[in-house]
Amino acid sequence: MLDLTYEAPKPKVIAGVKHDWELVIGMEIHAQVSSNSKLFSGASTQVGAEPNANVAFVDAAMPGMLPVINEYCIAQAVRSGLGLKAQINLRSAFDRKNYFYPDLPQGYQISQLYHPIVGEGEVLVELSPGVARLVRVERIHLEQDAGKSIHDMDPTMSFVDFNRTGVALMEIVSRPDIRGPEEAAAYVVKLRQILRYLGTCDGNMQNGNLRADVNVSVCRVGQYEKYQASQDFSHLGTRCEIKNMNSMKFIQMAIDYEARRQIAILEDGGTVTQETRLYDPDKNETRSMRSKEEAHDYRYFPCPDLLPLEIEQAWVDDIAASMPELPDAKKARFMGDFGLTDYDANVLTADLESAAFFEAVAQGRDGKQAANWVINELFGRLNKEGKSIADSPVSAGQLGGVLDLIAKGTITGKMAKDLFEIIWNEGGDPAEVAAARGMQQVTDTGAIEAALDALIAANPDQVEKAKVNAKLAGWFTGQVLKSTGGKANPAVVGAMVAQKLGL
Amino acid sequence: MVAQSDFRAEIVDGIRANSVAGGIGARYLRHLILAGKRRAINLRRDPMSIDIDTARKVAKLARIRVEEAALPKLAEQLSGILGFMEQLNEVDVTGIEPMVSVTPMRLARRADVVTDGNQQAAVLANAPDAREGFFAVPKVVE
Repeated sequence: MLDLTYEAPKPKVIAGVKHDWELVIGMEIHAQVSSNSKLFSGASTQVGAEPNANVAFVDAAMPGMLPVINEYCIAQAVRSGLGLKAQINLRSAFDRKNYFYPDLPQGYQISQLYHPIVGEGEVLVELSPGVARLVRVERIHLEQDAGKSIHDMDPTMSFVDFNRTGVALMEIVSRPDIRGPEEAAAYVVKLRQILRYLGTCDGNMQNGNLRADVNVSVCRVGQYEKYQASQDFSHLGTRCEIKNMNSMKFIQMAIDYEARRQIAILEDGGTVTQETRLYDPDKNETRSMRSKEEAHDYRYFPCPDLLPLEIEQAWVDDIAASMPELPDAKKARFMGDFGLTDYDANVLTADLESAAFFEAVAQGRDGKQAANWVINELFGRLNKEGKSIADSPVSAGQLGGVLDLIAKGTITGKMAKDLFEIIWNEGGDPAEVAAARGMQQVTDTGAIEAALDALIAANPDQVEKAKVNAKLAGWFTGQVLKSTGGKANPAVVGAMVAQKLGL
Repeated sequence: MVAQSDFRAEIVDGIRANSVAGGIGARYLRHLILAGKRRAINLRRDPMSIDIDTARKVAKLARIRVEEAALPKLAEQLSGILGFMEQLNEVDVTGIEPMVSVTPMRLARRADVVTDGNQQAAVLANAPDAREGFFAVPKVVE
């Protein structure tokens, strides 16, 4: 494996009227656990069902119903923890977080405040080649999701659907180690990538299966280093929490707005009030969620319905033994084994499907060439048609077949692109399609030479021009390629032209 | 305050008994706690730790309507409960593992299989208002 060492990025600095300010950001990511049934009931987690169809009486908080924990959700949390190199707590416990809202039938959310299942871990967030932020993860705890309210179906009523109520979430809490809007977005991208590799969360942000609460504060230059040395938060500014962000773009815009708002208050001699805020993308501003303030008194206490969660080290070891190769390791391997650039390796390891496709194409072939074809031709084409790699009309085997024909010298690069186009539209075995369509480059140098000699004899003035300006020799190459119907290898023809004209 | 210190000694004994004798001790402790609760409310006449404003806030957070006239009594009762808790806090429990259950059971678990749901009508049956499969509630918008 390639040893990659990283340099820490510079924090984002915002120039105020009076001073320069730095940003300090911590994030709480809510990632929906990929599971068939809910955290404490046997109701389905499938989206798109009729409203209130995926609801057990436990989820609806009917009197006397008791929660029974889903073992797979525990395993998923452990797997996520291992993926973040985190400490796994063999003993954790559930607490009740009490608040009233129509989408929370129990009147409390079962969560893990005091004893989370996963302790300290880390996420390496690469920002550019060789530059990365190591973000410490404080904890991951398991908790229940709430239901969904719809406000636009009736002028005076809100409609509530409990299908999502009780679905398992992992709340992944970072330390305030993120130092700018771009880093914050990159952190979410990396965390999402790891969870998707692990299969513990599908990362679908549009459906809200991964969403972020962002804690933002600002401090004067130098204060953050004091915090890091002492872990004493008093060196940092007062933070505000921006709730429920589910777009990388909005996360960045909201942080930028919020930081500038706080700086304006501080430079004006005011103080920032710790509060929950909501980002409005239409106006590009954050505003206070005053209704949340009183609700912040959650009166947590241990959930009397659930015994502490005790898991065995051997069980954790079994999960650890079945861990897939993670993004950092895969990227290092792609760079080491296939000679890929940092950029190409990033693109190809962005998700498992792309990585698997590339590996199938690259296996036993030229890795760099395979990467070029997968990224430029295949991904380019997929993007253009709005398709994902899973819907690719060209399989890894077919693309590999095209590359084999280039490697054998049967077809030119230009022909290969045409062949790719045909396979994309019509399918088929590349070698057979190429043969059937007479796609074969002229390797007979005698034929090329004859064509070139005739051309030189017929165009003495072009020969003179080319001898004065070597660039004009390209005209001969072009003409020969044209006369052979594009079947001659441009490199071979070019070399022959240069030789004949004595260039 | 003789009664109170006796009570404290009983609790300590109870917890010690629990740590060595398991279930029997636990039952003994529960008995002591129940007895203590009754006594604590009568015994403690400390300055109230829950004032009327706090009682009003707690009631509001719990969505329980308490008439203004009933608040002083509620505050006094809550203070009594807290007073008892404070007495419990005086017990030195260093080195004693917290007891979470009297039954030697592991947390029960379920397999990740869909076994429930598809009962929209039953789920909505008690709702004061339901429309098109949803619970309908007075509008709540941030």
